[in-house]
Amino acid sequence: MKIAVIAVQGAFREHIQALRQLGADAVEARRAGELENVDGVVIPGGESTAIGKLMREYDMIDPVRKMAADGKPIFGTCAGMIVLAKRIEGEETVHLGLMDVTVNRNSFGRQRESFEADLEIPALGEATFPAVFIRAPHIAAVGDEVEVLARYRDRIVAVRQGNLLATSFHPELTGDLRLHQYFLNLAKESVAN
Amino acid sequence: MSKVGTDLVKRGMAEMQKGGVIMDVVNAEQAKIAEAAGAVAVMALERVPSDIRKAGGVARMADPTIIEEVMKAVSIPVMAKCRIGHIVEARILEAMGVDYIDESEVLTPADDKFHVDKSKFTVPFVCGAKDLGEALRRIGEGASMIRTKGEPGTGNIIEAVTHQRMMQAQIRRVQGMSEDELYAEAKNMGAPLHLLKEVHDTGRLPVVNFAAGGVATPADAALMMELGSDGVFVGSGIFKSENPEKFARAIVQATTHYQDYELLAELSKNLGSAMEGIDIATLRAEERMATRGW
Repeated sequence: MKIAVIAVQGAFREHIQALRQLGADAVEARRAGELENVDGVVIPGGESTAIGKLMREYDMIDPVRKMAADGKPIFGTCAGMIVLAKRIEGEETVHLGLMDVTVNRNSFGRQRESFEADLEIPALGEATFPAVFIRAPHIAAVGDEVEVLARYRDRIVAVRQGNLLATSFHPELTGDLRLHQYFLNLAKESVAN
Repeated sequence: MSKVGTDLVKRGMAEMQKGGVIMDVVNAEQAKIAEAAGAVAVMALERVPSDIRKAGGVARMADPTIIEEVMKAVSIPVMAKCRIGHIVEARILEAMGVDYIDESEVLTPADDKFHVDKSKFTVPFVCGAKDLGEALRRIGEGASMIRTKGEPGTGNIIEAVTHQRMMQAQIRRVQGMSEDELYAEAKNMGAPLHLLKEVHDTGRLPVVNFAAGGVATPADAALMMELGSDGVFVGSGIFKSENPEKFARAIVQATTHYQDYELLAELSKNLGSAMEGIDIATLRAEERMATRGW
């Protein structure tokens, strides 16, 4: 299983480590050519404006859209979720525009309001998931095909739409690998099909 | 139950900045240029370091009006500087909702013995360091991010290179030590033992380690990445250059693609003049900022 982690900026190293611990062949992608022949893509946390801009300038937008259309799984965390969204509140620029959600950037406040919390994510089993929210976005509205995986105080913070997966928080920072495993399972299904 | 201001939250914020460029700005217009170029954060200041150098006298925390103007202008994180040891400037910046505080040698120190106890704050701090001992002392006080001191406002990369090479060499040396050697090394370095042990076990600093102090060109930024920096601060290098938009964009891209030399050649073309530089040897001892703090 070969997974490309968008490595233009942000916490890509942590995603690569998590995926490798689960036995996947995770590689860094900074240009379109590095997205060839991979089974899935991860867009890490970072600054969404910087990641979106660098993905555009280095022609990575269309290849990722094509992979999503081919049924390959795409996983965005925090900034990655913003990059995936079709609508960003208060902004005209969208990046990949793949997921039928409206995101609200920095919706929990500035850095001093950033926090850790244990989340219930029924799709991952009974044990709570340690989630760290850093200047995090939340999802203000979802389309009909979007499945809500988790909420925190009534705000949607984890979603899935078919082969697309997104979280407001950073599973790459807390060592709990269940979401990465969940994503790799999607990649396995996609390869099998 | 949610918890704010934990090490994970504070250090994690710096993790999100990796591979990125943090730019000094003095007003909303510059902040917007920085954001549009792909900066991952801006540092709101009253003057960039080269102007602080020229002005002389005592350099203090910026007027909050400037910081607020910058915070309103951009959606990326906003950092601001307090003087070394100035607990109250730091509290003011925290109260304003600044995302990261730089306890910085660029400003005139308020205390020649003690740095701020950063572990008491909810907002994270970045601090400068010349070597591993200094970096671990700052982390021991609660810093969540380290940067080289370099020599700010000079447009001269030599000090940042020296500091980053020193840290990387010391990390490699500590990694190769036997455990019983670490006790003496902690004393020699003036570093907290538990943090030195962590460096020994992991082969890296426990927090993100950026370059700062002298970056003036895309090639300078790429050099600092090559030497193991996690990202780059650019102070005077953008807005004291002939063409800030071009320099900002080129430095961002050079930081991401720091090993793509053909691209670096393209990015370095037709930028106009970089900021005016200063030979470090011409600075008097009291003009050196890197020696401030301990």
